Amino acid sequence: MSIDSAQPAPTGALGWVDKRFPIMRVWSEHFADYYAPKNMGFWSLFGSLAMVVLVLQIVTGIWLAMAYKPSATEAFASVEYIMRDVNWGWLIRYMHSTGASFFFILVYLHMFRGLMWGSYKPPRELLWIIGVIIYLAMMATAFFGYLLPWGQMSYWGAQVIVNLFAAVPGIGPDLSVWVRGDYVISDVTLNRFFAFHFVIPFVLAALVFLHIVALHRVGSTNPDGIEIKAKKDENGKPLDGISFHPYYTVKDMVGLVVFLAIFSAVVFYAPDFGGLFLEPPNFQPADPLVTPPHIAPVWYFTPYYAMLRAVPPIGGSQFPGVLVMFGAIGIMFLLPWLDRSGVRSIRYKGNLSKGFLAAFAVSFVVLAYLGLQPVSDLATLMAQIFTVIYFAFFLLMPIYTKLEKTKPVPERVTS
Amino acid sequence: MRSAIIAASLLLAVLVVPLSAGAAGDGPALQEANIDLKDKASLQRGAKYFANYCMGCHSLQYMRYNRMAADLDIPEDELTQNLIFGDAKPGDVMTNAMRPQDGESWFGKVVPDLTLVTRWRSPDWVYTYLKSYYVDDSRPFGVNNLVFDKVGMPHVLSNLQGVQAPVYAEGHAAEGAVPHIVGVELVEPGELTVEEYDSMVRDLTNFLTYVGEPYKLERRSLGLYVLLFLGLMFILTYYLKKEFWKDIH
Repeated sequence: MSIDSAQPAPTGALGWVDKRFPIMRVWSEHFADYYAPKNMGFWSLFGSLAMVVLVLQIVTGIWLAMAYKPSATEAFASVEYIMRDVNWGWLIRYMHSTGASFFFILVYLHMFRGLMWGSYKPPRELLWIIGVIIYLAMMATAFFGYLLPWGQMSYWGAQVIVNLFAAVPGIGPDLSVWVRGDYVISDVTLNRFFAFHFVIPFVLAALVFLHIVALHRVGSTNPDGIEIKAKKDENGKPLDGISFHPYYTVKDMVGLVVFLAIFSAVVFYAPDFGGLFLEPPNFQPADPLVTPPHIAPVWYFTPYYAMLRAVPPIGGSQFPGVLVMFGAIGIMFLLPWLDRSGVRSIRYKGNLSKGFLAAFAVSFVVLAYLGLQPVSDLATLMAQIFTVIYFAFFLLMPIYTKLEKTKPVPERVTS
Repeated sequence: MRSAIIAASLLLAVLVVPLSAGAAGDGPALQEANIDLKDKASLQRGAKYFANYCMGCHSLQYMRYNRMAADLDIPEDELTQNLIFGDAKPGDVMTNAMRPQDGESWFGKVVPDLTLVTRWRSPDWVYTYLKSYYVDDSRPFGVNNLVFDKVGMPHVLSNLQGVQAPVYAEGHAAEGAVPHIVGVELVEPGELTVEEYDSMVRDLTNFLTYVGEPYKLERRSLGLYVLLFLGLMFILTYYLKKEFWKDIH
């Protein structure tokens, strides 16, 4: 890197460290001399914000774990103990529960940005795949964590989801017992879910590190989908690039403050968020003998839950629905190879791609809504239609991206 | 700017659509409780009513006496003389002598703890529930409830409210018609007027809402300072960003 020769070697404490650890090189490669497109704009904020929320979740989570008791007889009471008797316990707990929902909001926006900019296309396939693995790890963490308050919805939500494993042909019933460690969700299940909920976030942090390593290898893309490395000045600096620090550090700071304001507004004024972030039935302790009239997972899982319910059982087995549900996430891994378009960004793709992307976004939102609703004929029919649209976006992509006429991509980024 | 609008509307769609749908419930319409958590006198009265009429059976197992006294400005001697029964200490949680099996044998089910009742039901539900008992001879205690069909609890405030009879939908007397109750009417007045009873039930609901989230007012007032601080931070970071970016075109 040019910075090593251009700048004098650091002295003092920094010099001492730099002789033993390449701190200056890391700084220059990933901040001061990492060139990002200058036109990234608003949509580029969500990745870094999601990282902040991950840290927030880990920190508040560790503090919650200091007073939480992962036991069927004590869990519910220990959460109320945190909310009432632990100093600032209510704030830590609300930050954690609100943070979970916001983590998903940010990641969904981040993923949608990836779809718009074509961020999964070569050479960023691996970056995208690591991202999908992060999403899976997030969902696992959220699922394990949701059992911990040991409320009615925690209990029955977990019961419903773990029962899905029982639908696997042949090994299903044994598999679900193996997951639970018992024949029903019990103290044993709670203990193991707590263990997983505690440790997966650190795996998540490691995956985020890999995600960034991969990102910095291939570089950030932008709304135009142009490789900024293609046009460089005489010093080897991309013409359309600006150094991440200070430009994007100060920009992300503005985004962070705005995000924190929205986040705080929810934490301090609507932590239940109308029963969406903290569901009313979860203020009742888990009761294995009383099934709540209406069981729905938390909102960030409901698109997949709606798909599960939309698929009719075949031969009395729910397994097809389970396959569709996991297939909806698994298909994301294939995205880099489904898109056959010659251009990256949605800006220069044709109307078919634009229409399918819009339909996909709408179907995701509608399925999320339907997943929260009780079963009805109309809701099931709608869920079936939107499940088809969801999969059509992926499965027809090789066809419509090849068919449509794309617009010419400019040489340099536009603002 | 356009993309910001797209993002904002997507975010709103994701959040608001299910929100409005989640609000719709089933069962009869609930009456608005119109409670005021800042009204200390109402909360104190609610605490007194709860201790006198409810606490024999219903505990508040996550609520501490001294926390309540501190939050509601109840003096210590008042607390120990009028609100604490038995040998509980001010630092104890507000439990009672009722055992789970007592509820099973007397009312057919374990008497629920009410610390969080306003959070899993709602304040409006509690308010409406306490006003919706009606005479029903088919029930063990001779009463039923509009918002809680086949409720196991007797109407303990009956001597205060009076006796309510069901109002049926038109045509209920027709042969083979299933009686459909649309409301209740007072047929025998109690010791309190309707207004007095409503106000008493409102105080009780207010108190139980406070108990469900004792830190609610603290949360709101702290939130204001946090948002003000972030507002200042926004001005600082916004102009910092503008200054750095003014050369980027």
